[in-house]
Amino acid sequence: MNLTLRVWRQAGPDAPGRFETYEATDISPDSSFLEMLDLVNEDLIGQGEEPIEFMHDCREGICGTCGMMINGRAHGPQSMTATCQLHMRTFQDGDELVLEPWRASGFPIVKDLVVDRSAFDRIIEAGGYISIDTGSAPDANLIPVAKQDADLAMDAAACIGCGACVAACPNGAGQLFTSAKLAQLNTLPQGQPERYERTEAMVEVMEEHFGSCTNMGECEAACPKGISIDFIAMMNRDYRKAKFRNRRSA
Amino acid sequence: MATKVSHGDDAATGSRRTPFLVELYRSALGKKYLMAISGIVFMGYVLAHMLGNLKLYQGPEEFNKYAEFLREGLLTPILPESGMLNLLRLVLLVSLVVHVVAAVQLTRMNKQARPESYRSKRDYVAADFASRTMIWTGTIVLLFVAYHLADLTWGWVNPAEAGATVYDKVVASFSVPAVAAFYLVANLALGVHLYHGVWSLFQSLGINNRRFNHWRRALAVGFTVVVVGGNLSFPIAVQVGLIS
Repeated sequence: MNLTLRVWRQAGPDAPGRFETYEATDISPDSSFLEMLDLVNEDLIGQGEEPIEFMHDCREGICGTCGMMINGRAHGPQSMTATCQLHMRTFQDGDELVLEPWRASGFPIVKDLVVDRSAFDRIIEAGGYISIDTGSAPDANLIPVAKQDADLAMDAAACIGCGACVAACPNGAGQLFTSAKLAQLNTLPQGQPERYERTEAMVEVMEEHFGSCTNMGECEAACPKGISIDFIAMMNRDYRKAKFRNRRSA
Repeated sequence: MATKVSHGDDAATGSRRTPFLVELYRSALGKKYLMAISGIVFMGYVLAHMLGNLKLYQGPEEFNKYAEFLREGLLTPILPESGMLNLLRLVLLVSLVVHVVAAVQLTRMNKQARPESYRSKRDYVAADFASRTMIWTGTIVLLFVAYHLADLTWGWVNPAEAGATVYDKVVASFSVPAVAAFYLVANLALGVHLYHGVWSLFQSLGINNRRFNHWRRALAVGFTVVVVGGNLSFPIAVQVGLIS
């Protein structure tokens, strides 16, 4: 396959950026999207040019490191698929691919297609954990968890924190990520003691970095793990309860 | 959690006395709650408004009687004349201020969340026309409401002669093709706004149950069709001479 790439090149966080055009030639339809970029980069390095900077780690769709806008869609045209799991057979010979980094004030561009997603860490720091006394590990299955609760928590815990939800959202909102991280704890018994403090704290840190949700559902469509916007409703409900409870307990 | 153990301080500084809704409003998420609640108020209003106006089809007498009932019949003589009407107007006005101010603040917040927009063309999958144009359909409806009040409530721009009945004012107004056209456009905008808003408010209010979720879209479509269908029929009926 031969493809034309239009890639956003930006030397640094404050440098001006622009699209550059590259040809990707003799690409196997069975190669992954990132392998295709690797080949283009090898050519660039051979020509003494700066390779295209992009993020990747596991290349198995579970680390959440990779991600970019491909033809106006976060992680490209295939649903439920992270950029690394996208294969070139998804495209047609001769296609033009436009690659752009996530754009959000909470995700400043580092270089080319690489953005800094530390804002997600700030949200987790605000309450995306449970506080337990250390000691020897408790016996397994000591706390019974209903199957449907466990399933729901696992659905939420599928979030890999890639940032596609923010990137895809016309408002640059971080609701899907935050609600998934809340739900994976708030649906389990272990998450109950801190449920409402966690919800209030994480939502408020989220709002410092990202936009607000208008329920367009674009995040859900972009999410490589298929996280449901039902979790956003759950977060909204818990936040209201949190505001009320935390105020009464004041 | 260490971050939020300062509740004692909150109580000492008196933040406990801040009304709950005001405190909720400070967050973007809380603003959405209040937009949803005010939206429900408007839903009740547009439905009642449409249903009441169906009396146009029963002729001038019934319609004028209905208009008089709104002023004099609602909970009088418990309340003074127009008392209930003015109370309802106050509720609508407060809802309008909350809905519009929150919308402006949230839109500004969302612009700031993506100061640099995508250079390449976006390919939306789920975000439909209605959800992406809420601020614009809302603006059209707001401008229309201002005109509609000036036309039929205050009578400033109404083409009928002074002292005309409510029915005559409506017919006179809708007989002007430009007014009828504006009415149609505004109600289509209202329909697009309702199509997303009625669905969206369930999410904003955290009303979500996987057993009933599919009814939310059906309700939004049904409500929109009923309200907008009824509203659109009035200027069309006047234009084609069904009402005169």
